[in-house]
Formats: sequence, structure tokens, C-alpha cells
Amino acid sequence: MALTLMEGNEAIAWGARAAGCRFFAGYPITPATTIYNAMLRYLPPEGGVCLQGEDEIASIGFCLGASMAGWKAMTATSGPGISLYSEQISFAVGSEIPLVIVDVQRLGPSTGSATKGADGDIQFLQWGNSGGLPVIVLAPVDIRDCIVLTLQAFNLSESYRCPVFLATNKEIAMTRETVDLEAIALPEIVHRRSADAQAPFLPFGTAGDRLVPDFLPIGADRPVRQTSSTHGPDGYITADPDLIARSQDRLQRKITAEAHRFTYFEADTVPEAQTLVIAYGVTARAAQTAVQALRADGRPVDLLVLKTLWPVPETLLREKTAGYDRILVVEMNLGQYVREIQRALPGRDVRFLGQMNGELIKPRQIQEVLEP
Amino acid sequence: MTPSLLNQERPPVFCPGCAHERVVGALDKAFQGMGLKGEEIAIVSDIGCSGLFDTFFHTHALHGLHGRALTYATGIKMARPDLHVVVTMGDGGLGIGGAHLLSTCRRNIDLTLLVLNNFNYGMTGGQCSSTTPPEAAVGSGFLNRLEKPMDVCQVAGAAGAPHLERVSAYDPDLAALMEAAIRFEGFALLDIWGVCPGRYTKRNKLSPQSIAGSLASLPSVVRFRKENAREEYGRHYRREAAALPPAAAPQAIPVRHTPVAEARQEVVLLGSAGQRIVTAGELLCLAAASAGLQASQKNDYPITVLRGHSVSEVILSKNDIGFTGIDRPAVVLALAPEGVARRKEMLAGLEEETLVICAAGIDLPMCRAQIETIDFKAAGIREPDWALAALALIAARNTVANPAMLQTALDLRFKGKVHELAMAVVEKIINRS
Repeated sequence: MALTLMEGNEAIAWGARAAGCRFFAGYPITPATTIYNAMLRYLPPEGGVCLQGEDEIASIGFCLGASMAGWKAMTATSGPGISLYSEQISFAVGSEIPLVIVDVQRLGPSTGSATKGADGDIQFLQWGNSGGLPVIVLAPVDIRDCIVLTLQAFNLSESYRCPVFLATNKEIAMTRETVDLEAIALPEIVHRRSADAQAPFLPFGTAGDRLVPDFLPIGADRPVRQTSSTHGPDGYITADPDLIARSQDRLQRKITAEAHRFTYFEADTVPEAQTLVIAYGVTARAAQTAVQALRADGRPVDLLVLKTLWPVPETLLREKTAGYDRILVVEMNLGQYVREIQRALPGRDVRFLGQMNGELIKPRQIQEVLEP
Repeated sequence: MTPSLLNQERPPVFCPGCAHERVVGALDKAFQGMGLKGEEIAIVSDIGCSGLFDTFFHTHALHGLHGRALTYATGIKMARPDLHVVVTMGDGGLGIGGAHLLSTCRRNIDLTLLVLNNFNYGMTGGQCSSTTPPEAAVGSGFLNRLEKPMDVCQVAGAAGAPHLERVSAYDPDLAALMEAAIRFEGFALLDIWGVCPGRYTKRNKLSPQSIAGSLASLPSVVRFRKENAREEYGRHYRREAAALPPAAAPQAIPVRHTPVAEARQEVVLLGSAGQRIVTAGELLCLAAASAGLQASQKNDYPITVLRGHSVSEVILSKNDIGFTGIDRPAVVLALAPEGVARRKEMLAGLEEETLVICAAGIDLPMCRAQIETIDFKAAGIREPDWALAALALIAARNTVANPAMLQTALDLRFKGKVHELAMAVVEKIINRS
């Protein structure tokens, strides 16, 4: 065994490189900057491109252009930057442009605190762009997740032709940790499906019951159209209500219909536990420590760590919460994801512990809530 | 001449008399003049009437958000340097995408920008834009009277664009000027003046003749060709990148020591900027890894890195580290009042089992920990080395780490002169102990 010391941001860059990311653009912002620093070391010597945009809007715009030219692309920012990304995110959603977007969350609102952590963007990542279509959001807990989930994020963005978010947090991003890189089983790399060279090409056409259009890059040997306007399969503006409705429905279903394939989670259970703690991100670590302490004290408590936050894994939530008397949701905000869990589990005793002061929620705080 | 690239199924749909239609025809002529095929061109269009351009041609096309066309075009060009990338935007896109325009000029990336300048927002009701004259009657009431219109060529030249041209949409040389702009290796901008019959010329007098007159009266921008001549951005990027060594992979640290303890041990370093607190924390993590221990390091410092507190919290453990915060440190290194002030509460709650190494002259809150005060200055240690010296001090007692682990950490982290100096500090402390 050999350990490597790296921070979460470096691990995301390492995972992106392993996923075949060739293009990165970002605007420096604490606590996301070190992803940009690492991509700048990795990409240019290998023939890739790393750019510093004049602002966040440009940075994500570069990525959308490069992705449409067929390159795997990633960008990274924090609260103020993800706010500026909004219009471009809706472009990526509606026009099916693969892209990995890292949100290294910091304490908000607004410019907030550059060097304090929070999970305050969890609802914003889903709903912070126009149109209201579903997106995929993954939340890493530690260095290993930063690598594996980054690979998964690329795979999902390629498979479903959509933006995929990594919702990380200053407390993972800028915390250094040891990791055994050799011991990590990396998922197989997925590439977007190329359109048949023989068949006529429709940039947003889907054959049979497929939900994701095949891809050709801008620069291919046949002209490719891309547009942010409401379009039909041919990539031209349409006003046909049936065509529009079918397309919107497909954009929704391509993410939700297969969500069970990318519902990532970890469950830690013992016999006789009547209480379940649900957490995600860095807070899952405090929950893990708290659950272990409670068990050592003779109080069996279980833990469910969610790593896919959007689409909300409702089936998993119903299955994994069956039989518990009470459920405690812990998150580093004033109560965002707990709403989704309450919505998925009507009539159940779902309680909440949250904090929004720039400090990690401590295992002791969780224990206090659970001690009768 | 190669065939026209115009999309016969989608003829231009502009208002009768719109200057944009002439620009469409000239652009097709320019493509034909160059003998280009549709797949060799990408048209990136903005929002507004200029945003319809991509649909009239059989080329690659990307139509995106308002003002952002240059950002997509830059990404495409960097990924596909062989494509001819032509961007169309109006005077609206110019204003809303101002930062992108300036940066594209500064980069000198090989894009051709056609500004379809008709002095107002045609599509939304003829409001004023960044080029509307103050005397014009527009859909923004009196607001245009308060703003000076922008001469985009002067602005772009000042920002570093080498190839600039102002031209009327009615100029018989328009296609030739477009061809020269597309052939130019670098950023080329054509400021193309035309009439908007649907909005602007309903209330304002503007004709091909008056446009020609106005253009003739403007100062030349030809000087920017020489002043801003330089290597194209993408070519330069690839040249710089090719000279870079490949990035080193993250360093794997082989296990070569036995840890001094396997249980979770927490160390808090409290100092100030310039004391290399974060580096000392990293050394402790490397020392832990060299003994097969997991380690985590959580830092706290203000964004002004040369002033204020610097706090590093390091955890070592044989098992996975869950919570990365620190409740009950085994060791606290108190090296500056700024760091001590950040952790007053923690210090006040310390119990007997905690060892505090405290630099002489620092006031600690009352607590039950074992406190050992060290006069680093008297020991001949410079302040930037206090954190390292404090690590050497605990290693000398086999607390948390041992001297061999620390030595390995220094070997992993430093080279040459820096390594020598660090070793000298450690030896000074270890010999003294």
C-alpha cells in the first residue's frame, strides 16, 4: 500500500483526466481555484486546452463550444460563479451539450465567505436555470468520491448528453487527505454515441425508443447544427406544439427514466436500529462518526449516505427508510434537501438538523439530537 | 467558383429592405470566393436579427445566448483549429457581450466577427444600443441622449485587435472585405453599417448614401494592423503547450516506518501568516503516510495570505478518518497570537492529556493542558521555522510522529537548499532535546 496526499480539488482534476477530459475553462474563485490550477498543469502538455475566461459566463461558454466540437469538457466554480453560469446551464440542458460542472460550495448568500464551507446551493443546482428540466447532481464525501464521482459525472454527461453537477464543498475541496489511489476501482469510460455515418443526420433525432440523440461534432464531415432556441430534431426553430411537447418530454424522461442506473449511495446498517440518519457531502462524515459513537454506546443507529442528489432517488429513499421509527436528515444549510426527503416519504417522522455558520456540523451535535 | 452555401430551403426572412439580407449574400460570395465547403465553416450566431444567420447557410452552426457568441466560437476554434469560424452579432450583442469582445481582441484568436450594426435593437422594439447616436429617436425614450455611442473599431483596436474594417452593407467590396477577414490568421472584425427598416429608419433618416458619408468622416483604424500584429492565439497556445513537461502524477508515499500510535491523534497548529503553518501541517500528513497512517489536513486562513491567522488541523489515524474537525487534540502548537485568538474556546476546554507547545511570549487562555513554553528565538530559530521546529520537538519525544517519519516527510517535500535548511532546523531541535 502507498498513500497519496491530495486535496479534494486535486482529486477532481485527477478524476477528470482519467475520464478523458481534454478541455477545462474557469474563472478563479476560492474555493474552486485549485481545480483550475491542476487542470492547467495536466491538459496543455497532453494536447488538451485549459483556458481562463474573462468571467464565468465566458468560461462555461468556451466549454460548451469545445464540447460541441466533440471534446470532453469541465468547468469549476463556487456560488457567485454558478449564479453567472445559469443561462449557459439552461443552454446545455435544452440543447443536450455534455459538460461536467463542479460547484465547490462556499457559505452564501452572494459573495458570502470565500473560505467557509456550506451546502447552500443544493436546491439552486436543480432549479437555478430557466425551463425547469431535471439535472443530475452528484455529491462527493471524500477524496475517493472526488475521483470516482468525477468519472461517473463524465460518463453520465456523455451517456445522456447533459450537464452533470458535482456538488462539493470547501470542506472537501480544500482539505487534504491521504488516499490509496491503486485501491480505487475506476468505472469504465463512456463516450457519447456517434451518429451512423451512413444514415442521414438529425442533430436532435432519436431513433425508436431511444431518448438520447446520437452525436456528431461541429467540425465533422457533415454540417452539424446546434441552437439554444426551441428546436425540432433537425436543429431548426420550431413552433409546432406537438413537436415541442415531445421534445420537452424526452428531455425530462431521458434523465428521470434511467435515474435508478445512477443512484449512488452507501448504507451502513446494524440489526435493531430504529433510527436512520440521512446525510450527503462532507456532513456524511460527521454522521458516520456520530453513528459509530452511538453504537459504541449501545444505541444502534443506521446511516444512509446519498451521493446522487438529483434526480431525487425516491425509490431508493422509500426502500431504505422502510421500518424506521424516525429519520434524521443532516445538512450544512437551513433545510434544503430535507424537503425532498419529506416529499418522498409522506407521513413519516422526518426531522432535520442543519447549520449555516461556516463551521462543520460536529458529530456531537448529531449525537445530542439522537440521544433520548 | 464553388457552389453557393445558401440553404435553399430556408431563404432569408428579414423585413423588406433590411441591410442584413445584403450581408447574407456577401458572406455567401466570400465563402464561394475561398472555395469553402459547408463542413469547413462554423457560423456562430448571437441573439437578435443577426442570430438568424446560421439558418441561411449549409455550414456547421451554433446559435446561443445573447452576447455570448464569441465564447462558444473560442471553444470551437481551440478544439478545431482547422475550421473557419465566423461569428455574427448585432450592436446589441456588442454591448451585452462587451467583456467577451475585449478579451477576444486581446487574445487575437482566429475568428471573424461580423458586427451587423444598425444602431438599435431591431427585434425587441428599436431600443437604443451601444452604437445609437444621441440624436436618434428610439424605443428607449430619452435614454440614448445620455450615452455616447461606441466606435467599435476604435475600442477593438485599443483592446488589441489587429484586423479591423468599417464598411457599409451596400459597399460593392463587402464580399471581398469579408474574404480578407476570414483569410486573416487572427481576430478580424468588420463593423458593417446598415439600415433597419422595421424599426430604426421609421423614425430616423439613414440611407446607403448617408452611411457612406458617415463612414468616410471617421478616423482610420488601419494603424492597428501594424500596432497589434502578432501571433495568433491558438497557434501560440499550442507552441507554449508543446514546450511544457508533462505534469507529474500525484506522489505515492511508500510505507517505511512503524507509527508511534495507531489510534486517532489530532494536532492543531495555531500561527500566523508567514510561519509556514500549512506546510508544517502537510509535513505531518506526509510523515503519517510514511508510517501507513491515514491523515487529513483542514486549514483556516483569511484570503489575505500574507497577513492574519493561519490554523491547520491535522488528524492521523490507522482507520479511515471520518469527521475532519478536531475536538480533543493530542497536541497543540501555539505559535502566534492570531492563531490562538481563533481557537480560544478550544484552548480553554483542553484537558490534562493535551500537550501544548507554546512559543515564548504568547498568552494562552487558562486551561488544564500540559503547557511547555519554548523560546524559539533564544534557540536561534527564525520565526518562519517555528512550526517546523515545533514538529521536530514533538517528534523528538515520539509524540504523534518520530524523527524518522519527520525526516521522510522532509525528503518528500523539499529539495536542494530548502531541504538542507529544513534539516538544519530539525537537527538543531533534536540535538537540543
